[in-house]
Amino acid sequence: MRRIVRIAAWLYALAVYGFIFLPVIVLVLFSLQATSFPIPPFTGPSLRWYQAVLSDTRLTSALVNSLAVAILSSAAAVTLGFLSAWGFARFTLPSSTLLRGLITLPLTVSYLIIGMGLLVLFNWAGLPKSLLAAGIGHVVINLPLCFAIIYSQMGDHQINIERAARDLGAPEWKVLLLITVPVMAPAIFAGFFLSMTFSWDEFVISFLLTRFDTTLPVEIWNLLRSGLNPKTNAVGSLVFAVSIVLVVLFELTLLRRTPA
Amino acid sequence: MSASLVDISSVSHRFGQQVVLKNVSLQIEPGSYTILLGPSGSGKTTLLSILGGFVTPSEGKVFIRGEDCTSVPPAKRPTTTVFQDYALFPHMTVGANVGFGLRMQGVDGARRAAKAREALALVGLAAAFDKKPHQLSGGQRQRVALARALVIEPAVLLLDEPLGALDLKLRRQMQDELKAIQKRVGTAFIHVTHDQEEAMALADHCVVMNDGRIEDEGPPERVYARPATRFSATFMGESTILSGTVTEAKSGTVTVATSAGPISLPGAPQPGAKVALAIRPEHLVLGATGGAVALGSAKVRDVVFQGSFKRILASSVEDPTLQFIAKAPASAAVQPGDTIAVSCNAGDIILLTD
Amino acid sequence: MSTVTNSGRALPRAGRALPWALVTPALGWTLLFFVLPFIAMGFSSLTAHDGGGFTLANYSQFFTDPSYWRAMVNSLQVTAIVTVVSVLLAYPFAWILAEQVPERWQRLALMLAVLPFWTSYVVRSYSWLLVLAQNGVINRTLTGLGLVGEPLQLANTRFATVTGFVHFFVMLLTLTIFANLKQLSPSYRKAAADLGAGPVRTFLHVVLPLTLPGIMVGAFLTFVLCIGDYITPQILGGNNELLMPQLVMMQIGRRGDFPLASALSIILMAVVTVAYLACARWLKIERA
Repeated sequence: MRRIVRIAAWLYALAVYGFIFLPVIVLVLFSLQATSFPIPPFTGPSLRWYQAVLSDTRLTSALVNSLAVAILSSAAAVTLGFLSAWGFARFTLPSSTLLRGLITLPLTVSYLIIGMGLLVLFNWAGLPKSLLAAGIGHVVINLPLCFAIIYSQMGDHQINIERAARDLGAPEWKVLLLITVPVMAPAIFAGFFLSMTFSWDEFVISFLLTRFDTTLPVEIWNLLRSGLNPKTNAVGSLVFAVSIVLVVLFELTLLRRTPA
Repeated sequence: MSASLVDISSVSHRFGQQVVLKNVSLQIEPGSYTILLGPSGSGKTTLLSILGGFVTPSEGKVFIRGEDCTSVPPAKRPTTTVFQDYALFPHMTVGANVGFGLRMQGVDGARRAAKAREALALVGLAAAFDKKPHQLSGGQRQRVALARALVIEPAVLLLDEPLGALDLKLRRQMQDELKAIQKRVGTAFIHVTHDQEEAMALADHCVVMNDGRIEDEGPPERVYARPATRFSATFMGESTILSGTVTEAKSGTVTVATSAGPISLPGAPQPGAKVALAIRPEHLVLGATGGAVALGSAKVRDVVFQGSFKRILASSVEDPTLQFIAKAPASAAVQPGDTIAVSCNAGDIILLTD
Repeated sequence: MSTVTNSGRALPRAGRALPWALVTPALGWTLLFFVLPFIAMGFSSLTAHDGGGFTLANYSQFFTDPSYWRAMVNSLQVTAIVTVVSVLLAYPFAWILAEQVPERWQRLALMLAVLPFWTSYVVRSYSWLLVLAQNGVINRTLTGLGLVGEPLQLANTRFATVTGFVHFFVMLLTLTIFANLKQLSPSYRKAAADLGAGPVRTFLHVVLPLTLPGIMVGAFLTFVLCIGDYITPQILGGNNELLMPQLVMMQIGRRGDFPLASALSIILMAVVTVAYLACARWLKIERA
């Protein structure tokens, strides 16, 4: 009986793994296709579509744009998130619960609606579509995330650590630089990397708020108009690779930071 | 102002609606080891926070070395706190932790390291200088926290349940070390705890707190032998408590009617006064060949073997609500269910006026 | 003790200005780029497309035009199917990862299970298009094996949309449910076994009820993310059957009708809010 359960469990797990990996395998496999259609039979391997991607200046500049927007918007989100988390965790502010709720509110609203709102606002204010506008939108979606992660890690123990530093004579700015930031570093990193991956992957806000210079997901979307194309597979595989690198970096930073 | 090192003058404190300190006054002498003893919610930790400068009292003043420190921030007053969770900086080495206070004073690196090593040697952790806090055991972290606080030579060291996170054996061992360190450095220590054994072992001056008030204070021997209040008689060690009314008072002797019969003892209250008589377990005598004051007979309910002695719980036959707590030799042949005579000597009875 | 420790938070020795200086940038950002846009959208939704004054026409259009209604019904149906199927697929999977896989391999197994989570959203939907296309992997396999004569119409259907969504949310829910199962103290299970419950009854009476709140949070997250998503239905479902986000985008793209798009966005958000209020008491995330 136990054996049967075990075998059934393994079969089920394998089936789910298969389901999860099927599209990724097909994506990467047919990015190596030698012919012009990413459908069976497989004719590769060939790197011609990767060459096509790397020599496509629209795609490469979109990639640079995406990285710039991701890094800058995440830096802004994590800075704002950290400062506000510190403020709320350390000081008693009037209607603190309400204000914290306000900061985390965008988490419950879909990106489409956040993007729509900004589009209407910028349109009304006469601001042109740009990467900056998309970056502003990315800070809106990532700020609550950074805030929530960092705030949740500021427990009573950290409060005592800061009190000890003050007690030993540290002025407020030294408490921040020498104690709070280093102690909170894992949460700050976590917030930054998560924001990076979300911004890197974000489509709808960028789609609504950019026009000529745009981010990679939007440029890939434009490629889709040409139907199934191994070039899309190639750029998709590259994006996947970058994301994996980010995630592995994230895992390693967290693991290294956690004392054994 | 008096010559006291610390003078707490009529301090009250509220958190919102809740009054946690009610008109507390306390003097602390230089070089003394003071214990604030009380149950959770007694206000002892708040009093310590007020001394450390983390909380500003709602009313009253705090003088340290004769200076009004009531609203001086923690960094600017001559106190340092050892936190219950030690609050070591996890990202710094032990050496950097201990040197932090000196660094904030602008002491240069070499002198800082030397003094930090000295302080670590004082607490017996000279070898841990380059380690990180997470590599140390609980007892070792405790010592690092102590060294970090002592290295800046405060006038008063505040310890918030410093041994609370340690297991019993380590606690007793650290307790002896704390006392030895305090005697060596001569700094006044103020130590908060709810453990009365810790209090008796460490204190020069023991302050028993309950419900935001000081119930009793003095040398632990005195507080134990002659507690000032009923609370202090039951919190600092156990007592059998007999409630009664004074029926007669003449030439320094009173007679008190209790459920165990009339008891005469030295005392001053007027006839009609409600009083409580407390008797320490070691002063209750079990068996026929007893003390001068008979307390009736009691039915033994429970005998707890505690190694060097037996702790005996018995209910009075005359008044089942009266519970006797007694201590008997480990060899005593007392069994649950036995009925035995209980007595004591008049001089051992503590008279408490309610 | 805790009340006393918490009181230590009242520490603003540096003056009242510092805490406000810390929280104002974040609050300001949220007000300026989240609340204000929302108000702008609200105003916009009450104006006519061709300029002019206040009107409720954009809302009445939604409630009277059956094709708009249809999009909302489609959205709710697809979201409900996706949520249920994803939970049913993910729970056993997470359970196997947490219970059957040896401890030392669990981290790796979980990382692998959510690896495609990190592919770009657009790319992930495109990948499913490759799999489900007329002459894609599945149809080639089926015809090659002689199981079907003609290739099946898989892409540009509700089935494709649901498949794309389920793929994403199975990964998400596996993560949350796995975390939930791991948080359960093993002593619960030991206690249940000790009291005579077999594995099945332990699961039904102890493990499942204790993980239910976590499942509810995951399911709600699925609902919110799914109902607001534009990419998956647009790429995989095509225009045969419109969902709400597609309808919203269509107003901006084709006609530049911001007021109608705003009204539809607000209606979509209202539906999510109602859903949230309806399950708020199971979610218990309000406290945070």
